[in-house]
Amino acid sequence: MTTPDTFQDRSKGQGRDTGPSLQQQRARAAFWFLAPMLFALFCVAAWPLLRTFYFSMTDTTLDDLYGGKFVWFKNYFRVNTLPSGAVSYKGTLVDPTWWNAVWNTVRFSIVSVIFETVLGLAVALALNAEFKGRSFVRAAILIPWAVPTIVSAKMWAWMLNDQYGIINDIFLRLHLIDHKIAWTSTTDTAMIAVLMVDIWKTTPFMALLCLAGLQMVPRDIYEAARIDGIHPVKVFFKITLPLIRPALMVAVIFRMLDALRIFDLVYVLTPNSAATKTMSVISRENMIDFNKFAYGSAQSTLLFAILAVFVSLYIWLGKVDLSGEGSK
Amino acid sequence: MNTTLSQKFWNVAFYAFVVVIVVYAIFPFYYAIVTSFATGTALFEIHYFPVSFNLANYTAVLSSPNFPRSILNSVFIASTTVIFALFLAVTASYALSRVRFRGRGILLMTILGVSMFPQIAVLAGMIEMIKFLGLFNTPWAMIISYTVFTLPFTVWVLTTFMRDLPIEIEEAAIVDGATPWIIITQIFLPLLWPALVTTGLLAFIGAWNEFLFALTFTLSGDQRTTPVAIAMLSGASQQEIPWGPIMAASVVVTIPLVILVLIFQRKIVAGLTAGGVKG
Repeated sequence: MTTPDTFQDRSKGQGRDTGPSLQQQRARAAFWFLAPMLFALFCVAAWPLLRTFYFSMTDTTLDDLYGGKFVWFKNYFRVNTLPSGAVSYKGTLVDPTWWNAVWNTVRFSIVSVIFETVLGLAVALALNAEFKGRSFVRAAILIPWAVPTIVSAKMWAWMLNDQYGIINDIFLRLHLIDHKIAWTSTTDTAMIAVLMVDIWKTTPFMALLCLAGLQMVPRDIYEAARIDGIHPVKVFFKITLPLIRPALMVAVIFRMLDALRIFDLVYVLTPNSAATKTMSVISRENMIDFNKFAYGSAQSTLLFAILAVFVSLYIWLGKVDLSGEGSK
Repeated sequence: MNTTLSQKFWNVAFYAFVVVIVVYAIFPFYYAIVTSFATGTALFEIHYFPVSFNLANYTAVLSSPNFPRSILNSVFIASTTVIFALFLAVTASYALSRVRFRGRGILLMTILGVSMFPQIAVLAGMIEMIKFLGLFNTPWAMIISYTVFTLPFTVWVLTTFMRDLPIEIEEAAIVDGATPWIIITQIFLPLLWPALVTTGLLAFIGAWNEFLFALTFTLSGDQRTTPVAIAMLSGASQQEIPWGPIMAASVVVTIPLVILVLIFQRKIVAGLTAGGVKG
């Protein structure tokens, strides 16, 4: 790009006739405009990320951040040979609680994103039609999005309460269940509870993204299909869906990344339940609560690596244009 | 005859679907409000409609030592974070949207990447930095750490907004000899106000709702932000969860957001979709 000296040069000789070309001048200004932002991002993102990676290869504890020894990849995987000759494997990669968390996270992410996409698309299709009270409905679906995650977790924890919860009451009246269920504390239903809250909270976001995609489909296409007497279901699968596919692909990846790092909802709605603990929850637990700072760092580094691989594969396989520049 | 009948059926089905959507979206928050006005035994009976209007839960929560303080903390932290992020983002997104230079595409993708980053991945390094700077258990710990998601987000959204501003205005300014700095401050900023409000509001909501960093970087009750304060509200014993006060606190921190979101709904939708959905 440019070097600091040439910049100073220019500012000294402002009045000279033989100044740099306009393009150069702009490129130089661009560098100085970007520098503070890049510096800030380096300090809060790149540097802590590198330090986390470094900590994951030490035996640092939370009480003594600078007293750790470098142990290479022993937090990830190591072979212990006992004096008796027995061999045992240690580290995150052979830790069943870690794999349980990975499985929980993946299961949660896939199920929630599928539900949110399908429901979001259904809501978006409804909102794309002209009807009385449309703007009211659009305002109403923004409410779940506006409610803070912790508040939604508490609201739903109350609604899902085993004794006094309204969900049990509604389901009993509808004869969907025959006894009251302790949704958040039972192993079998804890994940369902987390999914219920997440789907409630995030479907609006998906619906709005889908709606934005739908509104770019020219109306006369539908008109033409109607005149040709094509069945609406066929129109949806043959015309609408292919046209909004790019928007949908972007929305899905945003949601997926959000789901894979979920922390707050699980932490508040189902505390200490092995059935819902996600990768983020378990890394923080090791880092802070169990004083296994380095071990938790290793797990959070793994989560980062998993997300990076997932995003690269998705962009590569789906040919997703995230920057929005290709279409211009 | 048949067609009109089936048309009527589909009309009714459509409106039924719309009603289901609205009830599903609104009901949980509505029920939180109903609960927040109930006290004593009324709390433990299920009522679908409000039966009492008792402000006891609100007075309990607002007169507790730490909850009002946590609101002030949250307001201070979220607004400082947003001002800081907008300040850095305006010039950066001008460069990213208007100036062609090598590596711009990669830089944009990196910024987008950082905004989607799992916060837990920087937590260990962030703890070290906050402790090193001596900011543990102060609002500045949150202000610094929230930059990791507010800054890339504001840069990204403002860049997409600026890309859509007509190039002719800028060309005219360049012909008149305006420097890039003049172009930003005199020409772009007045045009960008709506975008700044939207982006700032979205970043504010993000900072207001953040939980992981706030939970990790605060120790004492008077330094907590509202999400942490609500998560930590507890009764006299472990078993006794104070649902009434929790719902009152939830309503108090959510009502301002809901009002803001409803006022700015069009702008917010535009801001949310500016990220990726460009057809």
